[in-house]
Amino acid sequence: MAPRRTPLYDTHVRYGGKLVDFAGWELPVQYEGVIAEHKAVREAAGLFDVSHMGEIVFEGEGALGACNELITNDLNHIADGQAIYAGLLNERGGFVDDVICYRFSPTKILICANASNAEKDFAWMKAHAKKGPDLRDESESWAQLAIQGPKAVGILQKLAKTELSAIAFFHFAEGELDGKPVILARTGYTGEDGFEIFCRPDDAAPLWEAIVAAGKPDGLVPCGLGARDSLRLEAKLALYGNDIDDETTPLEAGLGWIVKLDKPSFIGKAALEKQKAEGVKRKLVGFTLVERGIPRHGYPVLADGEPVGVVTSGTMSPTLGQPIGLAYVPTDLASVGSTFAVEIRGKPVAAQVVKTPFYKRK
Amino acid sequence: MADLSYPDNLRYTKDHEWARKDGDDLVIGITAFAQSQLGDVVYVDLPDVGKALRAGDDFGVVESTKAVSELLSPVSGEVTGRNDPLVDTPEAVNEDPYGKGWMIKVKPSDPGAFDALMDAAAYAAFVAEQG
Repeated sequence: MAPRRTPLYDTHVRYGGKLVDFAGWELPVQYEGVIAEHKAVREAAGLFDVSHMGEIVFEGEGALGACNELITNDLNHIADGQAIYAGLLNERGGFVDDVICYRFSPTKILICANASNAEKDFAWMKAHAKKGPDLRDESESWAQLAIQGPKAVGILQKLAKTELSAIAFFHFAEGELDGKPVILARTGYTGEDGFEIFCRPDDAAPLWEAIVAAGKPDGLVPCGLGARDSLRLEAKLALYGNDIDDETTPLEAGLGWIVKLDKPSFIGKAALEKQKAEGVKRKLVGFTLVERGIPRHGYPVLADGEPVGVVTSGTMSPTLGQPIGLAYVPTDLASVGSTFAVEIRGKPVAAQVVKTPFYKRK
Repeated sequence: MADLSYPDNLRYTKDHEWARKDGDDLVIGITAFAQSQLGDVVYVDLPDVGKALRAGDDFGVVESTKAVSELLSPVSGEVTGRNDPLVDTPEAVNEDPYGKGWMIKVKPSDPGAFDALMDAAAYAAFVAEQG
């Protein structure tokens, strides 16, 4: 099957993006280079095309309650105009997906899903959601841009009448950007301040150009998936399919904070309660290598020469200049300072558990 | 990033390594095309001097932020030198793939091995075919 293209495909080609197939989408892995783009986001600003993300909407009487039954977090704990990060779990407590839920009102919730999972999620929700509210896959109706970095808000303000400083982290507002109707959400996947902008597909290319023009004097650069991955890893933001999947639970992944076991019910609750009572046997930890090497997804974790876990993500951190990674390890190896080995091309390389996130903005 | 040029004095392989004559030895590295495909090189692992290699054997790895790529020896022979500064400056592979980004020196067991590799024109045509 030919990969799908976002409304920004021609723009990526024109900007010299190196296109790759990612989750069935033809997207730029980089423009100038991953490290330069990564550093631009940490020091100034970067612009990403995230139009491949899925958008699923619950609308109508009972929308909030129906959505709440499917997710680990609690939409009753936030106000209209606020968003929460949550797990969409199967009965075993494993992730169907990790999502952000935007609460417009108790009768309208927008769920932003991973591109690779959007169709699966929609089918899952259709099959498991309480009947009543309308449930729609609106993925085709939305494009998404992410502008991230310490200068992102200032750059975006040049194009917005809405007072952006009034939109707090994980809040959002409907408004206009350069005259186009958008949803401005103060969310992101880089560990930096910034916005994710939902817009109409036809408006994506002109908005991209407007943001690049507004941001150039401040050092904004277009960024690809490569920088997105290294940025999110430094911030210890999970990547579905790497760090979490249908066999891993939020408790194992260190995402207990998105699980509200005091809710009356949600899919996966019983499994998580059982796991919590019995104790989590493996945990996702952040580590650095003490010796030379770069950890990668799938490399075995060794303790006393025996495989006891697996690396889920890894890279050479552009910000720290150190090899960093995430791995599932037995709970007794999960505390900061614990040591184990990562098997790289047949050789054990010493690693140590460190505090995460690896990078935290000041 | 370096231009995608293929100097005439070098010979090339389909695995995107280059070789240059240096007395009886061959200096070996990866091509401008290879580094451009890899992206920012952040790690290089090279063999010890004295190691025996066969043509096509992997002699080390080069890693970018995203990918791991094996280095395959263009010829059979013995490693006679390696570019140790690359450990601390792997970006030289991107910036100067035919100069400071060289990787190892090999004394080929067959002195004719160099001439059997692709010349610049053949390699450029091969790369063009790869699209």
